[in-house]
Amino acid sequence: MANLDIVKPENLVYTKTKVLTDNVMHYCPGCGHGTAHRIIAEVIDEMGIQDKTIGVSPVGCSVLAYNYFDVDFQEAAHGRAPAVATAIKRLNPDCFVFTYQGDGDLAAIGTAETIHAANRGENITMVFINNGIYGMTGGQMAPTTLVGMKSATTPYGRRVDLNGYPLRITELLATLPGTYYVTRQSVHTPANVRKAKAAIRKAFENQKLQKGLSFVEICSSCNSGWKMTPVQANKWMEENMFPNYPLGDIKVDGKLCENITADRLVLDHPLTVVNK
Amino acid sequence: MTEEIIIAGFGGQGVLSMGKILAYSGVMEDKEVSWMPSYGPEQRGGTSNVTVIISDERICSPIISKYDTAIVLNQQSLDKFENTVKPGGLLIYDPNGITREPTRKDVNIYKIAATEKAQEMGISKVFNMVVLGGFLKLKPIVGSEFIHKGLEKSLPARHHNLIPQNEEAIEIGKGLIEAVHTL
Amino acid sequence: MAKELKLMKGNEAIARAMIASGTDGYFGYPITPQSEVMETLMAEKPWETTGMVVLQAESELASINMVYGGAATGKKVATSSSSPGISLMQEGLTYLAGAEIPCVIMNAMRGGPGLGTIQPAQSDYFQSVKGGGHGDYQLYTIAPSSVQEMYDFVFDAWDIAFKYRNPVLILTDGAIGQCMEKCYTRDFIPRWTEEERRQHAPWGTWGKPANRSHNIITSLELESSRQEVFNQKLQAKYREMEEKEVRFEALNCEDADYIFVAYGTSARICMKSMELARAKGLKVGLLRLITLYPFPKKQIAELAKKVKGMLCVEMSAGQMIEDVKLAANCSIPIEHYGRFGGIIPSPEEVLEAMEKEIVK
Repeated sequence: MANLDIVKPENLVYTKTKVLTDNVMHYCPGCGHGTAHRIIAEVIDEMGIQDKTIGVSPVGCSVLAYNYFDVDFQEAAHGRAPAVATAIKRLNPDCFVFTYQGDGDLAAIGTAETIHAANRGENITMVFINNGIYGMTGGQMAPTTLVGMKSATTPYGRRVDLNGYPLRITELLATLPGTYYVTRQSVHTPANVRKAKAAIRKAFENQKLQKGLSFVEICSSCNSGWKMTPVQANKWMEENMFPNYPLGDIKVDGKLCENITADRLVLDHPLTVVNK
Repeated sequence: MTEEIIIAGFGGQGVLSMGKILAYSGVMEDKEVSWMPSYGPEQRGGTSNVTVIISDERICSPIISKYDTAIVLNQQSLDKFENTVKPGGLLIYDPNGITREPTRKDVNIYKIAATEKAQEMGISKVFNMVVLGGFLKLKPIVGSEFIHKGLEKSLPARHHNLIPQNEEAIEIGKGLIEAVHTL
Repeated sequence: MAKELKLMKGNEAIARAMIASGTDGYFGYPITPQSEVMETLMAEKPWETTGMVVLQAESELASINMVYGGAATGKKVATSSSSPGISLMQEGLTYLAGAEIPCVIMNAMRGGPGLGTIQPAQSDYFQSVKGGGHGDYQLYTIAPSSVQEMYDFVFDAWDIAFKYRNPVLILTDGAIGQCMEKCYTRDFIPRWTEEERRQHAPWGTWGKPANRSHNIITSLELESSRQEVFNQKLQAKYREMEEKEVRFEALNCEDADYIFVAYGTSARICMKSMELARAKGLKVGLLRLITLYPFPKKQIAELAKKVKGMLCVEMSAGQMIEDVKLAANCSIPIEHYGRFGGIIPSPEEVLEAMEKEIVK
């Protein structure tokens, strides 16, 4: 039986949402970006807001995100997406506006814009891909690189005395009254993808409420930058990233979740990764 | 007609607003005007000055260094601007706190004891209008009906009830100014 | 709002013109000597009348990127700042030029370098017309020299910005910003309707309808051959501006032996110096530059054939003079006279420089 024989409508189990274009993605195999793109596009499709959505892409691996989403899109200068999105939303309050940023863009060069957009309670959705490394420029240290984790600019592992601590900007943003929804998800298993998609949906639905900023971190792997196979990278992420960046909701409907204690918000001693 | 004026004194003496009322009166009389304040650290140091130009023609520079008239309301301003009056021009000063009198012989010098008079009459808030009155007595470059309109335009509506008091002060100033040295 | 004659500061004129010209949004960060722009806007509350959005950003970096975001949706969005803030905006400006986003930026120049002084200067000429940010780009740069022009040029700026899909820089200084002069305000132009926005900015990111492909605003092109083609297109646009959009004012140039070349506050001072010179019997004229980019090259070249010398007056160490010399092909004596660091030259010293350096 030729393979083509099984390509029949009744056998169809999955189809790409029309909110993604047919362009072939440039992301590395094993990378979380493709999945993150897909669930955002599906949410836009399911909400029927393709004609009202404006996206903002960062500088980083997802700089070309605008080639993949079939919605109007702006490419921002490095780190400035929250400022760009602020004005888009203020001037077009009926539109759904989201930023899509990596850890360097959102939590290093763009920290000020991130914090102030959150603090003003901008009615936008921010999607934050945290993989603890600068992928596009070749695997240098990110603000979220773990203590002890090797990178091109921390070849012997990140040192607290030299590089400071991993920045848990998601926890930090949850403490600001301007954020309405803050959560951390992952897309490395089907179950997690479903949860992450529900979080994205909530973050977009929240824009209708006009109660503040919705922030979805997706803790992600970078098998190329981490120099692992995709499977190894996912395992490594579970073992090392998640203890530092625990998954789950942090703030829902403007209130910190019950399990979010002071200890959980303030991680005094980040766990050290021994020799990645 | 072009009249180039510098008004200088302490912050709080109403130097800028006096200039603004004069400029606005000029606008009302359909003249060309400019009002250029000193700003920044100089202002914070306690002295304040403004250049006002009123003319029948397009005004060249709002920033100039020689004046037809200098109105100086403290010693620092007298020291700074006495020599900037054009020969044959006019220098007006308030003698209050003045320890070194002006010495030029090639300009008309008048004094107006506005500080003393305003305190005596309990109208310190319109002290600057007393000075303006003195100036207008010597150089009636704008008509009194336009001064009235200028006051209306430059004072916020909630202060319009004070216009009569301002106009009264202008009249007092006209009677108060006295010659020290004339050409 | 109807036409009116008012006495107002240059900074206030900019703010009022923004409201009157149908500006959709202003994003700024306070800096002396132009904070009155945002203060006036906040006091006027245009969001209650025209629907204009006004927001104080967390930095100039944020405000110029807010301009980027808002203007890229095809709306009229503006900002203002002063030299150090404008330096911080350079990244945003090159992105705006690279993505061909129409917008208006006002720079009330103050003395530098560094934090410098808050007093007026004209030492950002190079930054304004020679790039400032990276890459081959130009900002349409227009220099008002009166409060009335501060007001009027905001209207003109919108026309140019959308005609050419290019950022427009209104280059002024603290003196004109702080100076009060007569200003005739205009009838309000309503903000564009949704229909008009789509018509003026079909490229805008205002939400993709089913019948068009998605609009993308970006200045990224990884394929060099395509980036070169794009740059050629930009250059063609700049040549067209140079051809069609030069503005200047020639005063007493017909019979002049000597010419002042100046813009903004310096031009006002030169007007006075010219008056003093004429009173002395010196035939002096003034070429007041209104657009600094595009630069009036042809006009200067023609004047250079007629006059015996030119004095460039600028509140800088001598920046504009380079373009004047190039335009005149150094065929006659051309010298610079300037004060800087926040000092404004007096009309008398400018005249003296003319007599010493050029007339001799």
